Amino acid sequence: MNEPSGKPKLAVWKFSSCDGCQLSLLSCEDELLTLVGQVDIAYFLEASRATVEGPYDLSLVEGSITTEQDAERIHRVRRMSRRLVTIGACATAGGIQGLRNFTDVEDFVTAVYPTPAYVSTLEHSTPISAHVPVDFELQGCPVNKYQLLEVIRAALGDRRPNIPSESVCQECKRRGNTCVMVAYGTPCLGPVTHAGCGALCPSYNRGCYGCYGPMESPNTEALTGWLRKLDYDDVDLVRVYRTFNASAPAFRNESERHDPSA
Amino acid sequence: MNVIVQSELGPGATVIVDRSALDSLLAAIAAQGYHVVGPTVGDGAIVYGDVSSSAELPVGWSDEQDGGTYRLRRRDDQAVFGYAVGPQSWKQFLHPPNLRLWRARRGEDGTGLEILEEPTPSPRYAFIGVRSCELHAIAIQDQVFLPGAHPDRAYAARREDILLVAVNCGEPGGTCFCVSMDTGPKASSGYDLALTEVLDGERHHFVVEVGTDRGALVLADVPHRAAHDADLAAAAEVTAGAVARMGREMPAVDLRALLLANYEHPRWDDVAERCLTCGNCTMVCPTCFCTSVEDTADLAGDEAERWRRWDSCFSLSFSHLTGGDARSSSRSRYRQWMTHKLATWVDQFGTSGCVGCGRCITWCPVGIDITEEVSAILSNPTPSADAT
Repeated sequence: MNEPSGKPKLAVWKFSSCDGCQLSLLSCEDELLTLVGQVDIAYFLEASRATVEGPYDLSLVEGSITTEQDAERIHRVRRMSRRLVTIGACATAGGIQGLRNFTDVEDFVTAVYPTPAYVSTLEHSTPISAHVPVDFELQGCPVNKYQLLEVIRAALGDRRPNIPSESVCQECKRRGNTCVMVAYGTPCLGPVTHAGCGALCPSYNRGCYGCYGPMESPNTEALTGWLRKLDYDDVDLVRVYRTFNASAPAFRNESERHDPSA
Repeated sequence: MNVIVQSELGPGATVIVDRSALDSLLAAIAAQGYHVVGPTVGDGAIVYGDVSSSAELPVGWSDEQDGGTYRLRRRDDQAVFGYAVGPQSWKQFLHPPNLRLWRARRGEDGTGLEILEEPTPSPRYAFIGVRSCELHAIAIQDQVFLPGAHPDRAYAARREDILLVAVNCGEPGGTCFCVSMDTGPKASSGYDLALTEVLDGERHHFVVEVGTDRGALVLADVPHRAAHDADLAAAAEVTAGAVARMGREMPAVDLRALLLANYEHPRWDDVAERCLTCGNCTMVCPTCFCTSVEDTADLAGDEAERWRRWDSCFSLSFSHLTGGDARSSSRSRYRQWMTHKLATWVDQFGTSGCVGCGRCITWCPVGIDITEEVSAILSNPTPSADAT
C-alpha cells in the first residue's frame, strides 16, 4: 500500500476501451521517472495493484459508457476527482464500439458472442461527457503521448493545456509534406480531422483516417463533395466517417447523410 | 570559349551559360560558402531541398495544376526548370514553421530564472530557381519582418547574405496568375542572378542576367560567353510564351476598393459553404506570415521553452479573445484572409499580399480559387454602407 506523499494524486480509469490510451501513459518511458517525482500515481490498475484512496487531483478517464454499472461508476469517479480529463476516442466520442449506435446492438451481440445471454450492455456507447461534466477532452485513437504529458503538465501548473484543435493539414504542412489528396488523389480526412497525431499517415503517403476525430469547425459536407470527385460512393462515405469516432456528432451526421438505412 | 573579364560582369550584364556549365555554377556557389537549396523531385511534387549537382534538379519534369489538383508529369525534353512552383516556398527556410525562440531554466538554488538565448543561425542560403512571384513574396515578407526598430531577428539572420538565383518562367502552371498581379513571369528585381532557360533542339543554355556584384562574383568562376541580340530575343520569347499561357487571371480592378465595399456580399456565404477552414491556403502562401507563440514546460517545472509556429487565420484560436472567438464563422475567416491578402495588406505594408503564384488554388483540398471568388464579387457587387 502506498503512503500518501503530499504530491498531487493521479488516477487512471478504464471504461469500455482497448487500453491503448492508458498504455500511452506507460509508453512515456523517458518521462515516467520524472512524472512519479511530480505526482502520486494513486490509482492506475494497468500499472500497479497498489492503490491509494481518493479524492484525486487529476483523473484520466479512458473508455466509453456501455453498461449500466459504468454509467453509475463514472459518477463516483467524478465525485472523487478534482479535475477529470477524458482521453481517447472512446471517452470523447464513444469509440469504435459507437458503431452500435447506428444499428440494433442485439445484432452485434448475437453475431459476436456464442452465448449472448451472458452479455448485458447498453443500447448505445456514449462519451463520458454525456454523463458527467468533463474538464478537458483529449482526442485521438490512441492519444498522443506528448499531448497526454502536456495535459498532465497543464493540470500540475493549473493552466489550460496547449492542444490545438485545428486541422491535421496544418501539422502536415508545417512538417513539409506534400498533400496526398492534391498530388495523388488519395482520399484524406485531414481537412476535417483534429490535429494531434503530427500528420502521421500523410507523412507515409496515406490519407488521414480521422483517428483524432472532428477538428474545431469541420466542414464534412464540403470534403464529401470532393471525395465524390475521387470516386467515393455512398458506401465508401459511410465507411470513411464511421471508424473510431463514428459517433462524434460531425462524423455521425455526415455518415448518416449517405446511409440509406438511416 | 569567350571568357569575359570580371569587370564586365557587373550588375546589368547579360551572358550565356551553357547547360553543361550548370554544375559549374552550382559548384561556384557552394565554393563561396553558400548552403545551396533548390528544386528537386520528391514526395510527388517539385519540392525544395539541398542540391549539389544539376542531376538533382527536376530535369525533364513538369507538372499539371488546377484547383485542388497537382500531378507531376514527364516532359518530352530535358528542361531543368520546366515546371511551375510546387507546394513549398522559400518561406520555410527564412521563416521556419517551428522555431524555438528561447529557453528558461530555474536557478540552481531553486529561485530566480536563467534565460538561455536561442542562437540565430545565419545559414547563408543560396536559393536556386526562385521564380519572379517568389522574389516578390520574399520582398513582401521583408516588409513584414525587417523594417522598424524591432526587426524579426530570426528572419533577419536567415535573410542576410542569401544568394537569389532566379529563373524566369517559361512554363506557367494552370493556377498561375502573376501577369495580372504584375509580379512575373520575368524577374524584374531582387535577384543576384536571373536565368532564362533556352531549349531549342540541340541548343540548351541559360541567358543569365547579373543583378548584383555578389551574383557577378559567383559567375566569374563559371564558363560563360557573350550574349548577342538573338540570345536576348530568344529569352524574351520564353517569358512571352509564359505570359500567353498563364493559367488564371485576377480581374484588373482596384481590388482593395472592391473588397472593402463588399464586406456583406452573399458570395462570402457561398464560399463558406465550400471552405474547409483547414488552413492549407495560408500554409502554402509564400507571404502569409502569421504565427502563434507557445510556452512549454518540462514535467518537473524546471525548464521552459517558448516556441513560435506557423498559425493560420482559419483557426478559431487565431482570433480567440476574452469572451470567445472573434471570427467563429468560416465566412468571417475566409473573408478575413482574402480581404487581408488583397486589400488591407495594402494599408498595412504598401503592396498587395498576393503574388499570383496560385498555390492557394492548387493546394486547397477543395479547389477554392481566389481569382474566381473575386470575379464573382465583381460580377455582382452589392456595396455595403459600412464594414463590419
